[in-house]
Amino acid sequence: MLSLILFFIFAALCVGGAINLLVQKHPINSALSLIVVMGSLALIYLLLGAEFVAAVQVIVYAGAVMVLFVFVIMLLNAGVEERTEHASRVAMVLGVPGLIIGLSLAVWVVSHLAGLDRIAIGGPMVMNGSDVFGNPQAIGHLLFRNFLLPFEVTSVLILIAIMGAVVLARREE
Amino acid sequence: MVPLSYYLVLSAILFACGVAGFLIKRNIITIFLSIELMLNGVNLSFVAFAAQLKSLDGHIFVFFVMVVAAAEAAVGLAIIISVFRTRETLNVDRVNLLKL
Repeated sequence: MLSLILFFIFAALCVGGAINLLVQKHPINSALSLIVVMGSLALIYLLLGAEFVAAVQVIVYAGAVMVLFVFVIMLLNAGVEERTEHASRVAMVLGVPGLIIGLSLAVWVVSHLAGLDRIAIGGPMVMNGSDVFGNPQAIGHLLFRNFLLPFEVTSVLILIAIMGAVVLARREE
Repeated sequence: MVPLSYYLVLSAILFACGVAGFLIKRNIITIFLSIELMLNGVNLSFVAFAAQLKSLDGHIFVFFVMVVAAAEAAVGLAIIISVFRTRETLNVDRVNLLKL
């Protein structure tokens, strides 16, 4: 019962932040509401027993990536968004809520037909007799045994991304 | 305990908000933020299914999605800075030609 209440609180924060991202005109307000979405998603991950993912969500997403975004917004001195001429009001007023409600209704119907709404998940989960589901130890075992090659390829990807960022953002002489 | 479909519906709402922002926003940085919102919606589905299947593979997938998103943010923001330097605008309607 408690987890249901917590889920609804943080789901409401998530949806509110996502809607606010759409409504706000200034990019810095959109970026800050995305941080709200990411923070409440981290708490929802905790409800699902994913401790490591929740910590990485806060450190990498809400920390590093969003700091980069806010830094660039302030560096470029981004102002209020300009409006497009000939923009369709119907698409704004009907299309956006229609898209959101339509997709969520479709997911609800499909998961109802598949019987997923009778499966309750969450709380501490037991694996191999001890409560290790989703903690860094269990993730590390899996990551450095079964997924070692993808992990190493990821480091090459990060290296290429760093070099690409430096080359692209360099001022031309 | 929360039914699995609640998590899936929340994930669908976040993804749809990301798609809508991608389509209606005209500022290139806000479009980029909408892509991050879509990635977060997908991550929630991964974690929810991992909890249902009692398998940690979903968490590893989320980890890789986060790494790729971080790399994408670094390169994408560098491209945005370089575009802003040459065009002096962030409006995507004015950045519709590859050639200056």
